[in-house]
Amino acid sequence: MKWKYESPRKAYGETLVALGREREDIVVLDADLSTSTKTAMFGKEFPDRFFNVGLQEQNMMGIAAGLARSGKTVFASSFAVFATGRAYDQVRQSIAYPKLNVNIVATHGGVTVGEDGASHQMIEDIGLMCGLPNMRVIVPVDANEVRRVIRFVASQNGPFYVRLTRPALPLITSPEDEFVFGKAMLMRDGEDVAIIATGIEVSYALLAAEQLHKEGISAAVINMSTIKPIDKEIIVKYARKTGGIVTVEDHNIYNGLGSRVAEVLVEHYPARMLRVGMPDKFGRSGRWDELLAYYGMDDAGIIKAVKKLMEVKK
Amino acid sequence: MSEISSEKIRKLKLIANEIREWTIKMTYAAKSGHPGGSLSAAEILAVLYFHEMKVDPQNPEWEDRDRFVLSKGHASPAYYAALALRGFFPTDELMNFRKLSSFLQGHPSLMVPGVDMCTGSLGQGLSAAIGMALAAKLDKKSYRVYALLGDGEIEEGNIWEAAMTAATRKLDNLVAIIDRNMIQLDDFTDRMVVLDPLEEKWNAFGWRVLSINGHDIVQIIRALNEARRSVSQPTVIIAHTVKGKGVSYMENTAKYHGKPPQNEEEYNTAIKEIEDERRGI
Repeated sequence: MKWKYESPRKAYGETLVALGREREDIVVLDADLSTSTKTAMFGKEFPDRFFNVGLQEQNMMGIAAGLARSGKTVFASSFAVFATGRAYDQVRQSIAYPKLNVNIVATHGGVTVGEDGASHQMIEDIGLMCGLPNMRVIVPVDANEVRRVIRFVASQNGPFYVRLTRPALPLITSPEDEFVFGKAMLMRDGEDVAIIATGIEVSYALLAAEQLHKEGISAAVINMSTIKPIDKEIIVKYARKTGGIVTVEDHNIYNGLGSRVAEVLVEHYPARMLRVGMPDKFGRSGRWDELLAYYGMDDAGIIKAVKKLMEVKK
Repeated sequence: MSEISSEKIRKLKLIANEIREWTIKMTYAAKSGHPGGSLSAAEILAVLYFHEMKVDPQNPEWEDRDRFVLSKGHASPAYYAALALRGFFPTDELMNFRKLSSFLQGHPSLMVPGVDMCTGSLGQGLSAAIGMALAAKLDKKSYRVYALLGDGEIEEGNIWEAAMTAATRKLDNLVAIIDRNMIQLDDFTDRMVVLDPLEEKWNAFGWRVLSINGHDIVQIIRALNEARRSVSQPTVIIAHTVKGKGVSYMENTAKYHGKPPQNEEEYNTAIKEIEDERRGI
């Protein structure tokens, strides 16, 4: 498949700038990673409304809470590992519990951080954020969806956790598509199995489905951008239709997309499923695409999982 | 101090005394809660809510109000008592502290009218106060922001992140008050972590430092006045206090940090001592 690629981080930075021009109440915080998270683009145009607090993720989340409590619409950014791990208690106590209007937009989620290695590859963040009452969790699939999601969260009362990844992503949705919060997007229909993927993994799921089609297996591909609240309807519908679900995520197989889907299936329509993701192991250094292959999270890994599922389904 | 009448001082002393009495009543009724660090902060809260701060109990979310963050959230009994006495909600509600039927949560929550920030996990309140002070500057508003910190609390690293940032941002509309009662949950602070020289530390972090007796109404008022004169610098008031102040068996001990009077005799003794004090005011 021929796709154009675009950086989700750059789309985030551009959208922040556009929002900053439209609305005075938008303020942005960062913790010394603004050139990576691209919040620096906002800071350049709106220096008075941009607070780069230095290496203080915990303090940043507390300040974000105070600004939100004073009527601001706040975006706070860092790498996923620091935004959700380092500052977890501040996010819990000062943002989620008082239900303040803070949008935590973290970049560098997952093992696809690459060469920096396990210390920077956050594979627990979706679990951490989904476990917080009042927190809603979105993983946009491409730069087009990033723009829609950032505009959506800016229009709502927070808190939200939006997870972005480092590499440029293929544009698999069009700029005209709509983002419906809490609703998944069917990317490709199929009869034999449904692959439910999120973020960077959706394009790999599409590649896998294309190859499976050539081998006579009809796989549906679902883009699950909203992880919390999850789209129960589509999960049940495709479990009923195909009888088998494979989930794919750049996250630990515990506490992420796979776990959320499993919860829905067990409660509403028990069906066979397999989870593709980090196998409860810390990552290691390497090129991001090499790492996806190494951990069985690329199209080849997904195909293997689908075939395994087809075997147990029989 | 010509601007503070002796009548005013007497009134504030009586309010501090009432806050103490409520602290004992509330924690005894709840069979839980934190009297020690509430009793040490009674005068500070009395001066803030009945002299210093611009608030409107009829309109707790008034945009131009001064903000207060009880960073040492466990002093909620004294805080709630101050809010109720100021008229944010009926004092009758205080007896339902920590009960399922009440909005008076164990630690400050936005469910409580007049509360500006959820606190309880120590070390975070000063950061929220910075956010509020930054918002005031952005919106060109003149409201001031106050945060009350425990001395044990400043062992948390987050406090020192906030301390550096408040000075960097030149937040002269921000006042931190440290309730320096020398005791934390387990022991005397200096047996846990050496905090002194506290004045020098805050000074080195870029703050204007004022050191006072935190039970002296006049000194508290003067320090808060002095803080208003600060330009381009946040102010920290180190309020030297006595843990458990006003109840003899609770004074200078860690035992009643998080424990109410243990029986009727202890309860009666506490109430009697506080009432005796009132007659002397």
